[in-house]
Amino acid sequence: MRPDQHKYKTSDEVDFVIVGSGAAGGILAKEFSTNGFRVVVLEQGPYLTESDFVHDEIKILQEDLLTNHPKLQPTTFRKTPDEKAKQQRALVYGRLVGGTSVHFTANFWRFHEIDFVERSKIGSIAGTGFADWPITYADLEPYYTKVEWEIGVSGLAGASPFDPPRSKPYPMPPLPVKSSGVIFERAARKLGWHPFPTPMAILSQPRPGRSACVNCGFCLAFGCEVGAKSSSLATAIRMAERTGRCEIRPNSYVHRVEMDSIGRVTGAVYFDKQRNAHLQRAKAVVVCANGAETPRLLLLSANKQFPNGLANSSGLVGKYLMLNSYAEALGLFEHPLNDYKGYAVSRVLHDFYELDPQKVGFYGGGGLDARFDFTPITFAMGGYPLSEAPGGLPPKTPRWGKAFKDALSHDFTRTMKIGCHGTSLPVEANSFSLDPDLKDAWGLPALRMTYKNHRDDLKLAAWQQARALELLDVAGARMKWHTLVEEDDFAFHLLGTCRMGNDPKTSVINSDHRTHDVKNLFLCDGSSFVTSGRGQPTMTIEALAFRAADRIMAFAKRGDLGA
Amino acid sequence: MQDALSRRRFLLGSATGVSATWAAAHWPAALAAADYARAAARSAGRPNFEFFTPEQAAEIDAIAARIIPTDDTPGAREAGVVYFIDRALKTFASDSQKSYIEGLPVLQARVREMFPGVEKFSAAAPEQQDEVLRSFDEDSNAKNFFETLRRHTIAGFLIDPDSDTGGNREVVGWKVIGRDREHMFQPPFGYYDKDYPAWQPAPKDAEKK
Repeated sequence: MRPDQHKYKTSDEVDFVIVGSGAAGGILAKEFSTNGFRVVVLEQGPYLTESDFVHDEIKILQEDLLTNHPKLQPTTFRKTPDEKAKQQRALVYGRLVGGTSVHFTANFWRFHEIDFVERSKIGSIAGTGFADWPITYADLEPYYTKVEWEIGVSGLAGASPFDPPRSKPYPMPPLPVKSSGVIFERAARKLGWHPFPTPMAILSQPRPGRSACVNCGFCLAFGCEVGAKSSSLATAIRMAERTGRCEIRPNSYVHRVEMDSIGRVTGAVYFDKQRNAHLQRAKAVVVCANGAETPRLLLLSANKQFPNGLANSSGLVGKYLMLNSYAEALGLFEHPLNDYKGYAVSRVLHDFYELDPQKVGFYGGGGLDARFDFTPITFAMGGYPLSEAPGGLPPKTPRWGKAFKDALSHDFTRTMKIGCHGTSLPVEANSFSLDPDLKDAWGLPALRMTYKNHRDDLKLAAWQQARALELLDVAGARMKWHTLVEEDDFAFHLLGTCRMGNDPKTSVINSDHRTHDVKNLFLCDGSSFVTSGRGQPTMTIEALAFRAADRIMAFAKRGDLGA
Repeated sequence: MQDALSRRRFLLGSATGVSATWAAAHWPAALAAADYARAAARSAGRPNFEFFTPEQAAEIDAIAARIIPTDDTPGAREAGVVYFIDRALKTFASDSQKSYIEGLPVLQARVREMFPGVEKFSAAAPEQQDEVLRSFDEDSNAKNFFETLRRHTIAGFLIDPDSDTGGNREVVGWKVIGRDREHMFQPPFGYYDKDYPAWQPAPKDAEKK
């Protein structure tokens, strides 16, 4: 299944050590190694392959086969910095080779032009660090196209009148529409809105070594057993390994980036499976560990020169966390949709991508999509991860007994969801930091999340949810209901925590993904984001990674990685 | 690698993107292994309980049978939920052992208290059983055990039948909720997409924004 890998010694000074093998790390590894550089990727999770990707909800949702583990890696949460954080599961991310891209939904919207320059357009927002990106949509467009063609995205160019300009169509047509998508499309059109086939990082046509989607129905939260989901594992990692210059080293938990006396990083220190520590030497280090673990690693790497955390002269490492506003509405229909078949989302609309704050009374924008992202168990008793979150049955449905069974047997095939995805504002107090008391299984400070939604994010969620309910009405739903819009205490999208910018005082990395403070230390993942986008970050993480690879390789080629 | 690539490569020649033949012929080894283990376990007859005593198992089975009752379609009992829970308490749900050990006697005491002369849950009439469970569902002190058992029952009823947990025997849970067992599906999927034409841009008159 896997090509024979080149193995490096830890004492070999490779060109690049990449920390994390997910959406960004996989692409950087592929770009570096196919261009002749020697690369070691250190991944804290295991190296699983397609035959490991079962549909067993207990293994996946409860035992965290693919995800960060609350017992090994406990976390704490608080709403505001003046509170003492309590231990609770605060986030989920993919912890395996391929990272979160292995288990994600695979919605692959590009950002629009407005996402990069919105601060200039509408002005500052009190209490936030709302800012423009130092790059524009035009800078990133070629890399979005690269993601679509090299990694594999299904979609229909020109189907949304709100889409930004593109240099090429999608490489393959959209996946087949689901009943939820048809219901959504027909009702949205009646309302004068503009639904279109959702761009998905899932193959509608086979590619070398990968099957097209077989519509198995275990998609969100699960790994794809036929390689149809365009995870880094199924795509970039394999391409990198085939070069013979890239070693993917799983079960390697990086907990420190080492630095020499002249202010240059020398490699990454990690625990192997037996918990022995090693230093992998490298000419440059690229951290792609996600928006929670990347800032944590910098904070764990504090040293004499950087007592507050490596590359943290701005004091902003870990801050400005954004999660994306989210709400949902559900509808029950007369006939079976059988939406358990297939991938999760087949139609989306972007009519509300850019709402006018003067008209609606808050900042924000987003998209609605038609989805069914339940498994049989989560439909019957709760969301993902298995929790007290509502499942797919209407409120007040009996929780056990004959009436429960009757509802389950009638509704499972007749229910759909509308997901309402949107912006969240960068608030400095919202952050990941090191918990002062709690330690992980390796004795290192645990992640502490501090988060209180900006009020505009909650208003946006409620506003979009009202549109979703309107749509379900027009669609003729027999019954419709919605989840409560409330403050988040759990994170899926991990954005903004080492933000990009031109000013070293107000950002952590520059537009080349180089840290302002350390010349041969680069960061690239959701932490690089300046604004949140409208709810589907992975496409932009991957486009950033392709672009970052070009920038970083240009430095390497001209010998510009030294101190 | 050579092997893996070549077996995958032939699907490129298939006319459709779905490549059902490939998937049917080469379903992941893990699933085949799980099937084998399950078949082996079944052919040996009902497994012994690893956690429950036979008396405890009879009580749990009776409770699960009220959470998802058997009527004109199968319920928790036919899905083998009690075996699923028994195995769960020795494996992924070992954290819940205490809840069962402490909770079951409390529930049995409640049966005797509410229905003097009835010695155990499984001996009560279905209406009496429901009344006992309702009192648990409402009683916040006793709720933990009932809620744990409720969730385990649902999981054991609906779990992927190819898992090695032993739940959802004979796929009865999925049959009840209308989920086909197949590992792959082709459109049309449901009632509303069966007559859907290819995607068309909105007609101009709909663009009244």
